[in-house]
Amino acid sequence: MKRADRAAVWFVLPSLFLVALFSIYPICASVRLGFYRTILMLPWLGEKFVGLENYADLATDAVALQSLGVTLLFVGASATMEVLVGAGMALLLNESFRGRGLVRAAVLVPWAIPTVVSSQMWRYIFNYRYGLFNFLVFGRDTSRYIAPLAEPWLARAAIIFADVWKTSSFAALIVLAGLQTIPDELYEAAEVDGAGAWQKLRRITLPLLKPALLLALLFRTIDAFKVFDLVFVMTQGGPADATNVLQFYGYKKIFAEGMIGYGSAIAVGVFLISLALALLYIRLIGARVLEPGAAR
Amino acid sequence: MKTFLLPLAVAAVGIYSLLPFLWFVLASWKSPAQLTAIPPVIVPEFHWGFYRSAIVNYGLLGYIENSAIVAAATTVVSIAIGALAAYALTRFHAAWLRWYLLVLLCVSMFPQIAVAGPVWRILDALGWLNRYPGIIVAYISFSLPLAIWILSTFFKELPYEIEEAALVDGCTRAQALRRIVLPLAAPGIFTAAILVFIYAWNEFFFALIILTSPPLQTLPVGIALFPGEYTIPWGELAAASAIATLPLIALTLLFQRRIVRGLSAGAVKG
Repeated sequence: MKRADRAAVWFVLPSLFLVALFSIYPICASVRLGFYRTILMLPWLGEKFVGLENYADLATDAVALQSLGVTLLFVGASATMEVLVGAGMALLLNESFRGRGLVRAAVLVPWAIPTVVSSQMWRYIFNYRYGLFNFLVFGRDTSRYIAPLAEPWLARAAIIFADVWKTSSFAALIVLAGLQTIPDELYEAAEVDGAGAWQKLRRITLPLLKPALLLALLFRTIDAFKVFDLVFVMTQGGPADATNVLQFYGYKKIFAEGMIGYGSAIAVGVFLISLALALLYIRLIGARVLEPGAAR
Repeated sequence: MKTFLLPLAVAAVGIYSLLPFLWFVLASWKSPAQLTAIPPVIVPEFHWGFYRSAIVNYGLLGYIENSAIVAAATTVVSIAIGALAAYALTRFHAAWLRWYLLVLLCVSMFPQIAVAGPVWRILDALGWLNRYPGIIVAYISFSLPLAIWILSTFFKELPYEIEEAALVDGCTRAQALRRIVLPLAAPGIFTAAILVFIYAWNEFFFALIILTSPPLQTLPVGIALFPGEYTIPWGELAAASAIATLPLIALTLLFQRRIVRGLSAGAVKG
C-alpha cells in the first residue's frame, strides 16, 4: 500500500467503523439468526440451531406468501405510477413559464412531509364517517359512506396512492435531470423539419429519456420495498393481512411476537430481493464509480 | 393549445401536491364541531384550541425537543464523519476506496428489517435502548451513505490546484481539508446537512424499536402512536402534524434549489 493510501485509511475509518457495526455486521447476524430458533418470550429454549427449518416454514406460511404477493403488487404498482406521474411533472417543470419556481416548490412539499404525517393525513381523508374521500364520492348521503381502509382492495389502493402522492416528486427530479441533458438543437432541428409537439415528444424526448426513466423506476422500486411507515399508521397490515407487506410482517414477527429466528428468515428474504435490485442498480449506474478517474 | 394546457397542468399539479396536506392543516384550526361536520366545513374558525391541547394534554413539546436533539446531533456528527470519508474518496486513488463507495451505495438500499434485530441487540448490550446516544449513533450510521455520496459529489467539483499548492508548501492532509476544502465546499456541506437533518427528523422505523419509553420518543413515533383507540383526536393530531412538518416545509421552500441538486446527486449516484 502506498503511503498516501495509508493516510486514506484514517479518513475513512470512523465511517467504516459505524457502517460495519450497524449495517454490515447486522446483516451477517440476521443471516445467522435465520438458522436458529430463538423466541424472546421463551428464553429457556435458548438459541437452537435448526438449519433451514425457518425457511421451510416460510415457504409454507400462507401469511408470508400473501405478504410477498402484496409487497410485489405494492412495489410494482407504486413504482410504475410514480415514474409516470413524475415524468408528467418533469415535463411540466421543464417548460419555461412564470411561477415555475413556485410550482417546483409545491411539488416538493409532499416529499418534505414526514411519512408518518402524510399517513395520518390519508387516514383522516379516508375516515369512514367524516373523511373527505367519502364526501367527494357519496356527497351528503352518509348512509352510503364506506370505510376504505377496512376493505382489502381499497386499503391496498389507498396505501399505493399515498405512496405515489408522497414520492412521485422524487421520480420527477430524476426525470427532470434527464430532460435537461437533451440538447435544444435537436428540438430546433425538428421544428425546422416541421415536427409538431407530439412528434417531438415521441421521437426525441421519450427515446432520449429512456435511461432516466429506467433509473427512476429502479430507484423507486428499491425504495418502495422499504415501505413500513405507511402500513404501520394507515392499516397495521390489515384488513386480514391485505396490506401486510414483508417489512411489516418481519417487524411484527421480531418485535411484536419475539420470533427472532423466524423473523430473521423473513429479513434475509427481503434482504436478498433488495440486494438483487441494488446490484442491478449498480450495473446500471454505479459501474461508473469503479472506473478509474471517476473519483479523484 | 399550449397556452391553454399549460395553466391547466400547473393548476392540476399544484392542487394534487398541496390540497391534501392543506386539508389536514385546516382541520387543526377547526372547532370540534366543525371537525366532524357533514358536509365538511372548508373555512375553519382559526381557533388554536387543538394546538393548546396537543401541548398540554399530549406532551407535544417533549416530542419536539427529542426530535430536535436527535436530528441536530445526528446532522453534526454525520456530516463531520462523512466529510472525512468524502475527502479520502475524492483525493486518494486506491481501488478499495471505490469499492467502499459501492458498499455504501448497496447498504443504503437495504430495508431496515434486514438489520433491525441485531441493531436492537447491539444497543441493548450497550445499554443504549431508550437513550439519546443509542438512537443518535444508529441514525449517524444510517445517514452516512447519503452524507458521503452528496459530499463526494461536491468535493469532486472543487479545483484541486489550490490544495496541491498548499500540500507542496507543507500543509498536511487534515489541514488541507479543514482550511481549504471545507470552506470552499460550504454550500455542498450545507446541502448534505439539510438532507441528513430531514432524514433524522422524519425517521420512524428505528425510533419505534429503539425508543419505547414515551418521554424519549421523537415526533414521528408520537404522531404514529397518537393515543386514542376508538375516537381518534383528529384536531390534536392535525395540530401536532402541522408543527412536525412546518420546519421541513420552511427548509424546502428556502433551500429548494440546493435540495433539488443534493437529491439528484444522491439519486443518480446514490
